[in-house]
Amino acid sequence: MTDILFTGARLLDPASGLDAPGDLLVRDGLILDHGANLGRPDGAEIVDATGLCLLPGLIDLRADTGEPGHEHRETIASAAAAAAAGGITTLCALPDTDPALDDPALVQFVLRRGEATGSLTLLPYGAATKGCEGREIAEYGLLKEAGAIAFTDGRRAIASARTMRLALSYARAFGSFVVQHPEEPSLAAGGAATEGELATRLGLPGITPAAEAIMVARDIALARITRGHVHFAHVSTAAALDLIRAAKAEGLAVTCDTAPPYFDLNETAIGDWRTYAKLSPPLRPEADRLAVAAALRDGTIDAIASDHQPRDADDKRLPFAQAEAGGAGLATLLGVTLARVHAGDLPLLTALDLLTARPARLLGLPAGTLAKGAPADLVLLDLERGWQVRDGQLPGKAQNSPFDGRALEGRVTGTWKAGRRVFG
Amino acid sequence: MSFSFPILPDGHLLAIQGLEPPHIGALLDLAENYALLNRSGKTQRDLLKGRTLINLFFEDSTRTRTSFELAGKRLGADVINMSVSTSSVNKGETLLDTASTLNAMHCDLLVVRHAQSGAPALLSQKVSASVINAGDGTHEHPTQALLDALTIRRRKGRLEGLTVAICGDVLHSRVARSNIHLLSAMNARIRLVGPPTLIPAEAARLGAEVFHDMKAGIAGADVVMMLRLQKERMTGGLVPSSREFFRFFGLDREKLAVAKPDAIVMHPGPMNRGVEIDSAVADDPERSVIGEQVEMGVACRMAVLDVLARDLRRNA
Repeated sequence: MTDILFTGARLLDPASGLDAPGDLLVRDGLILDHGANLGRPDGAEIVDATGLCLLPGLIDLRADTGEPGHEHRETIASAAAAAAAGGITTLCALPDTDPALDDPALVQFVLRRGEATGSLTLLPYGAATKGCEGREIAEYGLLKEAGAIAFTDGRRAIASARTMRLALSYARAFGSFVVQHPEEPSLAAGGAATEGELATRLGLPGITPAAEAIMVARDIALARITRGHVHFAHVSTAAALDLIRAAKAEGLAVTCDTAPPYFDLNETAIGDWRTYAKLSPPLRPEADRLAVAAALRDGTIDAIASDHQPRDADDKRLPFAQAEAGGAGLATLLGVTLARVHAGDLPLLTALDLLTARPARLLGLPAGTLAKGAPADLVLLDLERGWQVRDGQLPGKAQNSPFDGRALEGRVTGTWKAGRRVFG
Repeated sequence: MSFSFPILPDGHLLAIQGLEPPHIGALLDLAENYALLNRSGKTQRDLLKGRTLINLFFEDSTRTRTSFELAGKRLGADVINMSVSTSSVNKGETLLDTASTLNAMHCDLLVVRHAQSGAPALLSQKVSASVINAGDGTHEHPTQALLDALTIRRRKGRLEGLTVAICGDVLHSRVARSNIHLLSAMNARIRLVGPPTLIPAEAARLGAEVFHDMKAGIAGADVVMMLRLQKERMTGGLVPSSREFFRFFGLDREKLAVAKPDAIVMHPGPMNRGVEIDSAVADDPERSVIGEQVEMGVACRMAVLDVLARDLRRNA
């Protein structure tokens, strides 16, 4: 493998706080060195990065990759193409597939399919409960040995408090954690939008935002008694974030992520019955959006995940309440996060930290940094270059972006996986 | 043997918790004598002559009931087995009705097994007989702890300073609780090993160290004591499957290799082969003392009956 030398880049490494011009040298798929004037090793491929940012590949905690069972919406290969275009080099795949990833052989299947892409480290979650049905805990030990990164039922909340208690407790034996979809299902059933004035005017069945805080409060109490680690996915309300902030201050093993729609959009995005903006959890009022943005700044939120949920036209071209929830997110994860930076709301390194080093730490991965010896998962970014999100022109199969039509600033111009160029 | 102090001062054996080391030591010494006597083929059929021992079992049991029956008969007692179906005796009131029936029969020694923790203690307040707890709910099984301790002492020459790993379903185990109390009273180091879902709350407060990784838990142990995992635990969701349990918490040669080279393997029976213990280990004559545990069971129960009968004679 030829060496690669990136020259004249703005090196951005949130793990070390580095933001400085310099070169970066890649050898044998690893970062060999970075700094000013590294020299030019014989035969090295030179990538002129003048005017561009060079940062670690993104680590996405949460995406549905369609396989097995929903290949008409997305395949692992198409998700990998979208991920590469979005600068994502490590991606955690949800297990609420068909069949659910509750058997070691299925986890290995997804791992092998991920390896076959050559462009992505695909890390499958194991099912938290057998069949993701919320009743009996799955075989965490055997699943972890097979390669499961952690345990979740994906889009389904673990409704039974007893099952969640056992899951948190049992995961501790294997040093792992449980990811919860924080929404009390008995309050969310049948709902299509956040309960409130807008849902009332549109005549849509509402989901009270308290459905999130109730589940978060319950699971924090369970984390306290089990000493287990609970991670809340796509947190979207001020009330839930306050509970998580307090739990962290108490020293409990509680972490969380959010997804770009919850700090970039509010519920008015569904105003003209745009089913692409129908998400789970539903978009919230502006006050909650502001609370999510504030929690990105103050560190309460540990990571920003794409929450990629591929849906096809048949899923979305329906009356709003009947349409499937979920939005495509791989291609827009970085761009929408950078919108916070361009708005002056979030420092650049803090934003990138939430996409690289912090999720890496949560998962215990060596990636997500420009440190010497780290895998050469790299993204070349033109921070100022504008582009527009357009249905039909997104990489990958899924086109159901809630940001359809949105103008973004900051575009990935190249992605490398273990020293191999996989995009641009 | 004679003793200068009452070994079971309240006239019952309801629990190990509360017994002092000298009492435990005296019971084990006496039991050791009975073990030798049993092996020599001699009998002592006059000690409990004319005494009535009733085995009152509200839960199915073969080995414990038989062991008490044999112990009573070897000491000359009249032994009666009463098996009471659990369904008819779920209420405390009925249990007390049973007590008055027993009083009318002039029973001297009452061996009780019951699915409810504390049932033998309740009976002991209402019957004139000396009560021996043969296992109550998830509370205690004191004679099992005695026979385990005697087996260990005979193999290792001591209890003090030994490292004993108690592995598996500690949550539901009365055997584990009695063993923790007895072995920690005798200054052994106790480790509890199992998934967090099968370790009771605040187990460390009982004086044990808790491990969720089996190899870490049995590393350097002198004794590896396996517990039975009941099938209901799987359907109750505490453990996802027997294959996973065996893989991570079942005792096989590979895991046993991290214990001391001369570590002994124990099991209170009946075993679930391939769930908590591999046959290769259970049947290994170099390691397994499971057969000896059964033998020591009879000797320990003879010692307990002997001690309680002494009090009966004193009070007569």
